[in-house]
Amino acid sequence: MAERVLLAGRDGPLPSSPMKGEVPAGASGTIEDRTSTLHLPLHGGGREGAVSISQRKKTPLRFADLATYILLILGAVIMLLPFAWMLSTSLKTRGATFATPPQWIPDPVTLDNYATVFDSVPVGQFLVNSAFVSVTSTALMVLFCAMSGYAFARIEFRGRTLLFYAYLATLMIPQQVTLTPLFIIMNWLGWTNTYQALILPSSFGAFGTFLLRQFFLRLPREIEEAAFIDGAGYIRIFFTIAIHLARPALATLAVFAFMASWNSFLWPLIITTDTSMMTLPLGLSALQGRWSTVWNVLMAGTVIATVPILAVYVFAQRFIIKGMSHTGLK
Amino acid sequence: MSPANTRQRYLALAVLLGPSLAGMFVFLMLPVASSFVLSFSSWDLIGEIQWIGLDNYWKALADPAVLGALRNTVTFIAGYMPATVGIALGLALLLNRRIRGRVVFRAIYFVPVVTSWVAVSLIWKWLLNPQYGLVNVALGWLGFKGPGWLFDPQWAMTGVILTSIWKDIGFVTVIYLAGLQDIPEHLYEAASLDGATPWQRFRHITLPMLMPTTFFVTTISLISSFQVFDQVWVMTQGGPAGATSVMVELIYKNAFSYYQMGYASAISWVLFALIFAVTIAQNLLQKRLDRSDG
Repeated sequence: MAERVLLAGRDGPLPSSPMKGEVPAGASGTIEDRTSTLHLPLHGGGREGAVSISQRKKTPLRFADLATYILLILGAVIMLLPFAWMLSTSLKTRGATFATPPQWIPDPVTLDNYATVFDSVPVGQFLVNSAFVSVTSTALMVLFCAMSGYAFARIEFRGRTLLFYAYLATLMIPQQVTLTPLFIIMNWLGWTNTYQALILPSSFGAFGTFLLRQFFLRLPREIEEAAFIDGAGYIRIFFTIAIHLARPALATLAVFAFMASWNSFLWPLIITTDTSMMTLPLGLSALQGRWSTVWNVLMAGTVIATVPILAVYVFAQRFIIKGMSHTGLK
Repeated sequence: MSPANTRQRYLALAVLLGPSLAGMFVFLMLPVASSFVLSFSSWDLIGEIQWIGLDNYWKALADPAVLGALRNTVTFIAGYMPATVGIALGLALLLNRRIRGRVVFRAIYFVPVVTSWVAVSLIWKWLLNPQYGLVNVALGWLGFKGPGWLFDPQWAMTGVILTSIWKDIGFVTVIYLAGLQDIPEHLYEAASLDGATPWQRFRHITLPMLMPTTFFVTTISLISSFQVFDQVWVMTQGGPAGATSVMVELIYKNAFSYYQMGYASAISWVLFALIFAVTIAQNLLQKRLDRSDG
């Protein structure tokens, strides 16, 4: 009887469910359809019947599972094979690189290509530059966006709405529009080939301000109000209370900002000509200029440029995927 | 909230909003305004600025390079968008089944997303090498003679498209997966009780419920398609014979190779106008689809 109640309960919301109207006439269940689905299992004896309904849902056909796995594994192979090939090529001698048929396991294995990369470009410097630029611009972006987001959410001032719209409007303008004048401004300031030129333009953005403003607007004011009564001002409340409450939103923004900065190419390409100021993607591109068809050396460079971010990814995989899909931006 | 006194409020504004406002002004709003002004000028960075009105725009609209870049962008979108969205949706549906190891698969598909464009482009440039690249070797095993890819004007864009699909699929898959997980389970249960086939459930529950996700995904991939640069720059530099030349690459070349700051700015505003128009058009289409569906 309990099963009957359960089934009736499931059946109950059907007529008024949001499904109505979206299901085609054929499927939306003439009464016979529905009763047959309902009754068939019950014929086989109440209890087992009910179980078979839920079982059918939890363990679908074996064949479908098998097909799913085959497709997913095929996809995974397509995603990973290029990386395996990169690694394999990077360990080959020049002769083995151009062997036909291609060698999967390099014979002989050589680390010469890595030595060549380290000899021809300052890899360590690229790594330091990338790390410094990405970490600094991410930290600044998170701080400035949190502060401005809080100000927009909590402090009332004349022209607040208008200013906020001005921020939002910048989201519609593609980065490419600003490139030429930004270069001219940096050139005029004498900032080409400097860290500040690499860092500052990616330390501000309406998107982060918007994200944090929305977060603070949803945050109940009660916690802050207690502090207000104690005589604290906006600034103290922000730094002692609000910024800590905003951690999840800050983390999301940080992931997005870090990935964008770490992999950024166009702006560093424009603003750096000095090899010692290049970030990893730019250095890799410079390496290509020097070893254009020497694929074993180029792949060694690519491995070096890829390993740091992959190492971070392996440890923070769930966190990064969540952060990037939440912001919905690349 | 108890209102602080005015002086305190302005001090707080200066401290909290000041840095952001200053940065936004110097690095975003000022460049945008300057770019607009520059687009009506002719300037090589060194000599005197000459004001030439709309000449840059007239020039851009008749420039074979701009028209070629536009044609290439349309080709890119036509190849890249349907494949990326379709395959990603398929992968998301597979990953949404209750199977073991889905987290691992999702993590694997996302690896190219975190890799830089420069690295991905180099790897694929090597994979697409006409003679020694793995792609043509594999085609050879299957009995086909692979094309010259990035060296062949007929095939270069296809190579760039394949690379871009491979790089972005994990991202779109994760977005779709999030969309799928937002669909309430009871809709499927109700449909099953109604005797709906898996296809009917997909067609009449999954697809409509995923419309906002699809709209989001197509909007951002359209916008990013117009802004393609990194992979083109590393793989082909716009060649061979301009076959993969795109708008941003034209902006870059005009500004930093030919030092035509005014003309480069004008092209960037043409790009903005295009992105704006396409986004609006897509919005309208979406609204119409919503109405006809509901």
